[in-house]
Amino acid sequence: MPGSDDAIYAFIAYPIDLFEEGSIVNVLTSLVGNVFGFKALRALRLEDIRFPIAYVMTCGGPPNGIQVERDKMNKYGRPLLGCTIKPKLGLSAKNYGRACYEGLRGGLDFTKDDENVNSQPFMRWRDRFGFVQDAIERAEKETGERKGHYLNVTAATPEEMYKRAEYAKELGTPIIMHDFFTAGFTANTGLANWCRDNGLLLHIHRAMHAVVDRNPNHGIHFRVLAKCLRLSGGDHLHSGTVVGKLEGDRDSTLGWIDCMRDSFIKEDRSRGIFFDQDFGSMPGMFPVASGGIHVWHMPALVNIFGDNSILQFGGGTLGHPWGNAAGAAANRVAVEACVEARNAGRELEKESKEILTNAAKHSPELKVAMETWKEIKFEFDTVDKLDIQHK
Amino acid sequence: MSKVQDYPSRLSDNASRKFETFSYLPAMNDKQIREQVQYIVDQGYNPGVEHTEVENATANYWYMWKLPMFGETDVDTILAECKACHDANPDNHVRLIGYDNYAQSQGASMVIYRGKGFK
Repeated sequence: MPGSDDAIYAFIAYPIDLFEEGSIVNVLTSLVGNVFGFKALRALRLEDIRFPIAYVMTCGGPPNGIQVERDKMNKYGRPLLGCTIKPKLGLSAKNYGRACYEGLRGGLDFTKDDENVNSQPFMRWRDRFGFVQDAIERAEKETGERKGHYLNVTAATPEEMYKRAEYAKELGTPIIMHDFFTAGFTANTGLANWCRDNGLLLHIHRAMHAVVDRNPNHGIHFRVLAKCLRLSGGDHLHSGTVVGKLEGDRDSTLGWIDCMRDSFIKEDRSRGIFFDQDFGSMPGMFPVASGGIHVWHMPALVNIFGDNSILQFGGGTLGHPWGNAAGAAANRVAVEACVEARNAGRELEKESKEILTNAAKHSPELKVAMETWKEIKFEFDTVDKLDIQHK
Repeated sequence: MSKVQDYPSRLSDNASRKFETFSYLPAMNDKQIREQVQYIVDQGYNPGVEHTEVENATANYWYMWKLPMFGETDVDTILAECKACHDANPDNHVRLIGYDNYAQSQGASMVIYRGKGFK
């Protein structure tokens, strides 16, 4: 292994008949099963999997995919904008709906349940779903744009999960949410199939991923989890931001967001991609950049992630001194200004200050946001670097 | 608290309605419109012009202005069609779409001329 004196790469091929069709569960049970506990191995990491197109074709994949979601939500030619509602725990359902409404009327496309929000004593799921749907409908009427909120249906049992999903559908909400790793691939694949049958979009959170993918010598690389999730099914998947508070090397992130979105991903060790991967006509997922990002990051985010992404500002929306609507408007103006500038051939990261300052002339909300967040930086070294960079 | 500014959007005010990409920015001037049309051409998209009454802007389908300009790469021709649509429907939103052959979807969509009551 480049940069290491005591680790080696091993490439292993398996006959396809060892794996049940359409079962990521079965694939992982075989590939990352007891071998990871062998006494003879000090550490072991699954860096990448090449799924043959014959196997890909047996999986359901994203219930809708990027293009269908754009058509349903009527959003084209720009990244989508979201916000995770804070405080993550403790609000009543009605107060929580208020926070969503303010964000959506200010110009967000989506708001999001925080992953820990399931159905707690202070806010039961049914109450939350009702009030949030009210927020969505009023914001749609007010702005004339389509809105959504990722209603988290993650639950202790599949039966409870489907019960919540059915109620979300009954309300006419456009999108629900699931935590694929804590809930497991069986639950996720089932819910993705349900979403495909019922026409709902599916947002996927990735709690617990860093437990298995962050150690450079042991575990499973996130690009593997991303590929597995695409096959299991999801329309959005959190990808890291490169620039925010969470771990994620730039080139490595570009590699795994390709695995989420593209039809064919070529081997490219400079991005950590070990194999050509053909997804055929399986739809792509939106990578979701979320975690410690604010308006000053917008030019870099638009440059790194491009149009087919969801940029999600939690504290970076709700922390606006004039409230959630103003925070949302600031980010919406910023993202549109960046897209307009990029289309006009300008270099976003080089000219970021000028582009934002210019946009703020017409948006007092953006001006205040730029003053609020100008000093916030996350300058930490990446723990999981690409192997080629070690020496 | 006195410095907090109210967010002015209202259900009762039609001008609070937005119309997706670039509707949170001021209306584009001629130079900016030209840059965006050039971008659509450079991406290899097929341009198409659509328009609708401002109160019907939330619908999936707007009126097509003639037909999409399949394969058109001349910026002036595209701009002239946008202008012709605007002149014939001065009260309506006029949007320019870039159809992406590969994604089988719209790669770009933006209102070039804003309808009556919108700045």
